[in-house]
Amino acid sequence: MELVCPAGSLPALKTAVDHGADAVYLGFRDSTNARQFAGLNFNDKRAGEGIEYAHSKGSRVFCAINTYPQPDGWEQWKSAVDRAASLGVDAIILADMGLLDYAANKYPHIPRHLSVQGSATSYEALSFYKDNFDIRRAVLPRVLSLDQVRGVAKHSPVELEVFAFGSLCIMAEGRCYLSSYLTDESPNTRGACSPAKAVRWQETGEGLESRLNDVLIDRYGPGESAGYPTLCKGRFDVEGSVYHAIEEPVSLNTMDLLPDLKTLGISAVKIEGRQRSPAYIADVARTWRQALDGLDTHPDMFTVDPAWRNTLSGLSEGGLTTIGAYHRKWK
Amino acid sequence: MMKLSLGPILWFWSKQSVFDFYAKAAEWPVDTIYLGEVVCSRRRELKPDDWIDLARDLKACGKDVVLSTLTLIESEADLRRLRRFCEQGEFMVEANDQSALQVAVRNRIPFVTGPSMNIYNTATLKILANQGLQGWNLPVELGRDTLGELICELEQEGLDLPAEVFSWGFLPLAWSSRCFTARHYNLPKDNCEFRCLEHPDGMELRSRESQELFRLNGISTLSGARYDLMRELPEMERMGVSTVRLSPEHQGMDEVVKRFDQVRRGGMPDTDPLQLVEAPPCDGYWYGRPGMDQVRR
Repeated sequence: MELVCPAGSLPALKTAVDHGADAVYLGFRDSTNARQFAGLNFNDKRAGEGIEYAHSKGSRVFCAINTYPQPDGWEQWKSAVDRAASLGVDAIILADMGLLDYAANKYPHIPRHLSVQGSATSYEALSFYKDNFDIRRAVLPRVLSLDQVRGVAKHSPVELEVFAFGSLCIMAEGRCYLSSYLTDESPNTRGACSPAKAVRWQETGEGLESRLNDVLIDRYGPGESAGYPTLCKGRFDVEGSVYHAIEEPVSLNTMDLLPDLKTLGISAVKIEGRQRSPAYIADVARTWRQALDGLDTHPDMFTVDPAWRNTLSGLSEGGLTTIGAYHRKWK
Repeated sequence: MMKLSLGPILWFWSKQSVFDFYAKAAEWPVDTIYLGEVVCSRRRELKPDDWIDLARDLKACGKDVVLSTLTLIESEADLRRLRRFCEQGEFMVEANDQSALQVAVRNRIPFVTGPSMNIYNTATLKILANQGLQGWNLPVELGRDTLGELICELEQEGLDLPAEVFSWGFLPLAWSSRCFTARHYNLPKDNCEFRCLEHPDGMELRSRESQELFRLNGISTLSGARYDLMRELPEMERMGVSTVRLSPEHQGMDEVVKRFDQVRRGGMPDTDPLQLVEAPPCDGYWYGRPGMDQVRR
């Protein structure tokens, strides 16, 4: 299985490559990709340097152009595909059918990967994208149980990549509008969820409050550690009980499932986090490289080294990890 | 004149409630009725064949009937139910995910797309038109400016693809594999005791300042405010919108349909806000603002 790591900057890209990434994925410095953060991502020059570096070390580079262009953005998104092609990326990660069609016709030689934002959760959906746009690979949404992944993998017409570690999105990706309901930006339209521009922190008599476009997402008492106000991870009131009604602040970690994923024929595991620092990327990439190498050497005797587990827990939201929907009981 | 449609029921109602609702709807001035379970695969008060029988009854009453598919397809059982809808050949299908697109195209069934389908540009509409698309819903997070551009571009391309706009009701905003109703009751999803039946209009999720943010409805999350574009109907008609979608609620729907029918016929918008299940109004998405905003006063 390939290790696919995030790169939000050139230093992060080099770090990922140096610590064992088989491939890195990056995006341009605008809303054409699903991690639009101020100060993050690549202009053409930086992307070119990154690609050259990765290739010189035997790693590949995927370019994510995985948001959905509206009519007024169509030319910009199309030109992002052109830029990726002329930079010589090894694959383009796309979600929008119009752009997939454009890329398939204009650059048939550049592999197309279906982004998780393409919302394909069954082999029928994957066949739709394969038949129409000849995708080579698809990234599965983080909503399927291991049994369901097995069912998809058995009949999948394309390579599959699954999320291995990082922030846990619990809604079917590509059709979650919660962020644009509270703010004016969503992953689909602007590549942003719970955008930083709408976040406000406030110390009040009742505690530290986090707000998104003035909506109270969470309030922390003394001693409680505060997290970024991703709207689905706040504490809300449902019929008089206040709790994490949608999801706790927790990270996805599927390392325990690696032998199963390998058996299912999954082609690649993906690390989330283009917004993360090079130091974070170094620790995560190194740990997963060791795990994957261990799996290759002794596929029948794979165990998760406690040191790996500690490293990953320390890098997780609230210090907690879950295997999420892969485990049926989580649902 | 624009058509009025009743979208699929997004909530979990008993079989009898569903039959009672559509017995009344048969008499309402709606042109199109969408039938089917679009939220949760565990909701089986009506089996696919029950929906198809109901579709025949409503067709006999003069309604255009469309069968709507599940939005989040996760299992082989989900695909079996989807195929049953796509292999009947009698009714048009509303595809709510790409699995449904594939199965409808393979069976050469004419189809429309629901508001959860990722359609943001004309290139996408052209591809789907080549596959048999007969009409489409604007994704709920898009507004009048994008819709206007899409309709213009379709005209320039010479494509006749009627546009439908979700115009009244709680907005379907997200689908998860996790059930938030079961989570509220500390029940596993696989043994949820069908608690959604106790919440025919969902469960309110409020901020700790009592702001109505969302409605939890099984695996889906809806808006806490009720989208209401009644006063935008004249503009929609000028833009060339074909159909105005109203999303079923278990009380007062006859009155909602009546008012929208008056307005589409050029009647004056009633100034009294409709008060059914109590919820604030919103129209932000239509104006390119955060969805929860209310722009028109």
